[in-house]
Amino acid sequence: MSVDAPETQAAPQAPRERPAGIGLFGWLRWGWRQLTSMRTALVLLFLVALGTVPGSFLPQRGLAPEKVTAFFQQHKTLAPWLDRLSLFDVFAAPWFAAIYILLFVSLAGCVLPRAKHHFVQLRSRPPKAPRNLGRLPESASYETDAAPDEVLAEARAILKDRRFRVDAHDDAVAAEKGYLRETGNLVFHLALLVLLFAVGSGAAFGYKGNVLVTEGEGFSNTVASYDAFKGGRSFTASKLPPFTVWLDSFSASYLPSGPNRGQPTNFSAKVRYQNGLSSPVRSYDLKVNHPLNVDGARVYLLGHGYAPRFTVRDGKGQVAFQGAVPFLPTNEATYASEGVIKVPDAQPDQLGFIGLFWPTAVPNQQGKVVSAFPAAWNPQVALFAFKGDLGLSNGAPQSVYKLETGKLKPILMGNKVKPLAAGQTLQLPGGAGSVTFDGYRQYVTLQVNHDPGRVPALAAGIVAILGIVTSFLVRRRRVWVRAKAAEGGRTVVQVGGLTLGGATPDFEAIVERLKKAAPEQPRSTAPDESPNMDEE
Amino acid sequence: MVDPHLAHLSNQLMLGAVLLYVVAMVGYAADISFGRRRVAAVPEEAKVLVGAGGPEAVEDAQETETETEDEDERRRVDWGRFAILLNVLAWGVHGAEIVTRGMAADRVPWGNMYEFVSAITFAAVTVYLVMLWRYKTNWLGPFLMVAVVIALGIATIWLYDDPGPLRPALHSYWIAIHVTAAVTATGTFTVAGVSTILYLLRARRTAPKPGGLLERVPDAETLDRLAHRTMMFGFPIWTFAIIAGAIWADSAWGRYWGWDPKETWSFITWVVYAGYLHARATAGWRGRKAAIISLIAFACLLFNFFGINYLVSGMHSYA
Ligand code: HEM
Repeated sequence: MSVDAPETQAAPQAPRERPAGIGLFGWLRWGWRQLTSMRTALVLLFLVALGTVPGSFLPQRGLAPEKVTAFFQQHKTLAPWLDRLSLFDVFAAPWFAAIYILLFVSLAGCVLPRAKHHFVQLRSRPPKAPRNLGRLPESASYETDAAPDEVLAEARAILKDRRFRVDAHDDAVAAEKGYLRETGNLVFHLALLVLLFAVGSGAAFGYKGNVLVTEGEGFSNTVASYDAFKGGRSFTASKLPPFTVWLDSFSASYLPSGPNRGQPTNFSAKVRYQNGLSSPVRSYDLKVNHPLNVDGARVYLLGHGYAPRFTVRDGKGQVAFQGAVPFLPTNEATYASEGVIKVPDAQPDQLGFIGLFWPTAVPNQQGKVVSAFPAAWNPQVALFAFKGDLGLSNGAPQSVYKLETGKLKPILMGNKVKPLAAGQTLQLPGGAGSVTFDGYRQYVTLQVNHDPGRVPALAAGIVAILGIVTSFLVRRRRVWVRAKAAEGGRTVVQVGGLTLGGATPDFEAIVERLKKAAPEQPRSTAPDESPNMDEE
Repeated sequence: MVDPHLAHLSNQLMLGAVLLYVVAMVGYAADISFGRRRVAAVPEEAKVLVGAGGPEAVEDAQETETETEDEDERRRVDWGRFAILLNVLAWGVHGAEIVTRGMAADRVPWGNMYEFVSAITFAAVTVYLVMLWRYKTNWLGPFLMVAVVIALGIATIWLYDDPGPLRPALHSYWIAIHVTAAVTATGTFTVAGVSTILYLLRARRTAPKPGGLLERVPDAETLDRLAHRTMMFGFPIWTFAIIAGAIWADSAWGRYWGWDPKETWSFITWVVYAGYLHARATAGWRGRKAAIISLIAFACLLFNFFGINYLVSGMHSYA
């Protein structure tokens, strides 16, 4: 592929020497050439790969913020330094953006000129036969009794038949095919540009919200009803479609026995939803791999948990709280969970509880209660009780999963805390009130998102694959046939072949067919070396 | 839900496949050592026979052949045939292992590390057998068998898991599409990796030591081209595997790309393989440097497979 390879490998090579005294414009041009060179592309590809590595080893805020917090607690001096380098937000880091933007600028700067060049090529004619066909990587030569014109006509027919683009010059036929290779390669690279653009704009215009919904409750698609909500840079809250989703029931099944006992086998949430007030209410069976499509958004089932139900009576005997309180699983295998109950309406003192919930409570060897199975076969709770001031009145936001114990006095702690089965009531010491464990509900955590870039991104991905497969399957080939009259009424036929990027697999077949059409006659002088190129 | 008889049968078939691969490996090795004496006597001829060159160049060497060399030649061919036969047999048993495993658990037979390794080695052997059939790459056999036997050994001893149902996130027909593509690409890259290592070894000297392990291996250029072609086959499949994974993640986790460690390393692997393909087209990077890049890419692939599952926790940790 030494012969005129530069023509198809249009990728500009980096000029080695720096420009001397050519002014700003010259430097800019030099810089642009550098940036769009294959070598720079290679380096940038490696930098992108290298840049993502810390993202897979260090906890990332976007993925697991709680792990980042834990990391900060464990590595008090190191963490702030890593944070300064954005190593907990690698994929949103300025330096990471710099690398990939450079790569894609390089890509555009490389591919767009190549596309233009290729466009011209697509409509060009095959290049004329080189003077000496014997010097090509593949060549053959023989003598025949057929006339030169006949040989060339035959050659044209054969090559056309093989779908070459064929041109006849005075004593030679020039043929070329395989333009699709470069087309495929360009389509692949352009599709990557489109893909990046789609991903970027999807993130900018989309949104994502997470919400916890307990059985029997629902939520509507407004920013306020989400527990966590993130809109892209160009997202506007007024664009949220007004739908509502209710959770009727949730069920999970687990392997009841065997070595993988407790492994979940199925999750399913029965939901109803409504696209705005005027639409009918429909129901849907929401499962892990079956998101609900509603009004351009998608609702996903991400997780689940238990929400034990309580009735709290205060020191005056009034019902101060009644309802289900979502507990967060602390153990994914057994669904042992933890939660907090805040009773600001209790009198004379506000009441607060930290609760443990075991879906299948059993005593372990030490006599402590643990959960043996994630399904609720024997649900029990234990409550640590506090009274005093919950600290809600100062207006500072509080997590519903944390009790601010600063102004609270523990009234039931340690060994005095006994597990309660459903229906049992705990009397608080000192006449502070009582708590009844009424049973449990389940809750699901849902994610709602809208990403307008996902379908274009998918399309670009598919086009990229088609492009690269095409470019790998097709080869760019050139074949020339020259026929010249020699002495004795004979014709010398010379065939030369060139495949950009390898030998032409069908070169020999073409020569064979030619020889059949214009039969070979043994000649006086020794033949050129025979073609012996490829093992294909 | 799990059929214990089929599960047992599958385990037995796995043992059988490993044993047959070992025998095939021995067969290939015997093939190499039986060729040795003759090769030492007539090195040029051996190079041609072994290499990918056509028969035409053999002719002048053949004149010097003696009776005993003919004899040796026949025996060599027999060992070679024996090795291939056993290799195909082992492959068949291996395939049956995978099928029975799937039937035992009543699902696609790739849901845990043991099954992944089994499927990947199966894909690698399949790719090798196709190459054997198309391009007569017997020389690759012994080296690939070593890799396959080691991988299956690790799988049976350390990674074994009884067949069981899949966790809910895996309940999707995308598992069949995504994992099949990933497994096929990984098997293909494994074959390419073995070829690349051979290329690097072979490229160090112009002529291999007579009687050495490498003397059956074709010249560096052929090896390089073969490895390149294999990777050109694997790369689009890997690309497809990543996209299929993104589609699946979109329906299972609510986002098509989230830089989960597994996704990150699939991306890294993809980019480094793209780097290899680029290096092959960049002046000053062809040959050795490109080969080393492709081995780095392969190392990323392996790390993604083993390292990420065991070292880093993410949504993809099935270990
Ligand atoms: C997003 C980053 C990129 C990726 C993933 C990528 C991927 C690829 C792949 C897989 C190939 C192999 C196709 C083949 O061998 O025929 C390729 C070829 C090529 N790429 Fe890129 N590329 C990227 C960026 C670039 C850039 C920035 C340039 C320009 C400087 C470039 C120029 C080329 C050229 C000229 C070829 C053809 C090589 C040949 O003829 O074999 N690519 N690219």
